[in-house]
Amino acid sequence: MATFSTNEFKAGLKVMLDGDPAAIIENEFVKPGKGQAFNRVKIRNLKTGRVIERTFKSGESLEGADVVDIEMQYLYNDGQFRHFMVPDTFEQYQADEKAVGDAGLWLKDQDMCTVTLWNDVPLSMMPANFVELAITETDPGVRGDTSGGGGKPAVLETGAVVRVPLFVQTGEVIKVDTRTGEYVSRVKEQ
Amino acid sequence: MTPDDWRPTGSLEHLRQRAKMLSTIRLFFDELDVLEVETPLLCHGIGTDPQLAFFSTEFCFYPNPETLYLQTSPEFAMKRLLAADYGSIYQICKAFRNGESGRFHNPEFTLLEWYRVGFDLLHLMAEIDRLIQVIAKPFRTLKQTHTVHYQEIFRNYTGLDPLTFSACVYREFAERAGLPEAVSICENDHALWLDFLFSHCVQPHLGGNRLCMVYGFPACQSSLARLNADNSAITDRVEIFIDGVELGNGFYELCNDGEQEARFDKEIEFRARNGLPPVDKDQRFLRALEFGLPDCSGMAIGLDRLLMVMTGAESIEQVLAFPVDRT
Repeated sequence: MATFSTNEFKAGLKVMLDGDPAAIIENEFVKPGKGQAFNRVKIRNLKTGRVIERTFKSGESLEGADVVDIEMQYLYNDGQFRHFMVPDTFEQYQADEKAVGDAGLWLKDQDMCTVTLWNDVPLSMMPANFVELAITETDPGVRGDTSGGGGKPAVLETGAVVRVPLFVQTGEVIKVDTRTGEYVSRVKEQ
Repeated sequence: MTPDDWRPTGSLEHLRQRAKMLSTIRLFFDELDVLEVETPLLCHGIGTDPQLAFFSTEFCFYPNPETLYLQTSPEFAMKRLLAADYGSIYQICKAFRNGESGRFHNPEFTLLEWYRVGFDLLHLMAEIDRLIQVIAKPFRTLKQTHTVHYQEIFRNYTGLDPLTFSACVYREFAERAGLPEAVSICENDHALWLDFLFSHCVQPHLGGNRLCMVYGFPACQSSLARLNADNSAITDRVEIFIDGVELGNGFYELCNDGEQEARFDKEIEFRARNGLPPVDKDQRFLRALEFGLPDCSGMAIGLDRLLMVMTGAESIEQVLAFPVDRT
């Protein structure tokens, strides 16, 4: 894998930091008029998701990380691993719960998601921004309420719990924003 | 390349403000009878400072081609004018520093540099303050200037004494401050520790909506300043800041040619040890010092950055017509 020097630390570049793959977020060149030049770098550990700041002496370099984002279709959960497939090549990957993380709350069979591979092994994943999921359990609604001030919890088919307006019923399909975990709307039966 | 990258990055408004700032500076020095001069950008001699990377080019002058350098600052040439007794002088010119590019850096930038014969550091600092207030007037209202000793401000923000180096005390502080990488970067290099801790822990706090002048640097950060007459552990150097941005450096100038040459030798030796491009001492500059530099103080201010803090620009390219990647 190539190495990259501080001048090449552009946002999005994937490098190895302390043995973990990481993505550069921001890189600021700091140089006193009379003194050593540094690069103050904001960097995200792709394993833990944590963002840290780290200073490098200008000209230092880091090894690149073999990290790619690929669109995949979620197939099924075998209890231990979740299985995904690249639609174009039919290539299949299995990911443990650590790599799946919170994305697991939103994954329904056949849905598309973005899987991040590190050295060809799933490292993390991002569900689509909006998903449509059926409600498996929620308290019966209150007649006449149409606005949904307050709301109530609803359990979805994937196990996620979201707040929904009072008029939404068990069995209905709703659209959820996975970035905030918030209810967006009801989905009309096709 | 994009279809739109022929366009300037600096707005017309910013370029107008630049023009205004330049005329304010010229008026300021004209009224004080300080002479505007021009010295060559293309030079035979170049500074030995290991922290400044330079550009070099070939002068194709058959049959004896030569290597010439783009100046990193006009300091040596201006001091030769001072030694020749031309009196107080100022210059607005381009300076070039290789490898410097970022939100606050462009490898080619505009410098204001001036020298006042007969001024000591405190005299110079009073003049810097007056100049900055005059420049700031059409742009923003600055609070009263904050003048502080390096040792005091360094202690305020780190609890460390910048004059007494203790690797383990410095290391402990870096780890506490969430900067453990400083330990491997700085090792046992006192000056490097000071650069690191000052730029990370002190500088961001300096000059919030006002001019901050830090003076009395530790002797290991002398550059071309003379050591303080009463305390040789510190040097008569000042650095100025607004909104945490470093704007310039000033010195009560070192006049002693023997000491100057010794500092050059040390830097040349450092370059050799660290695999940096070798440079020769500027002999004409040393001869001028030997002849005699009048007692004087000098200051250099980066005008692009000054315009940034005056206009609130986020990035240097907003105040330049064309930054290096659009040339």
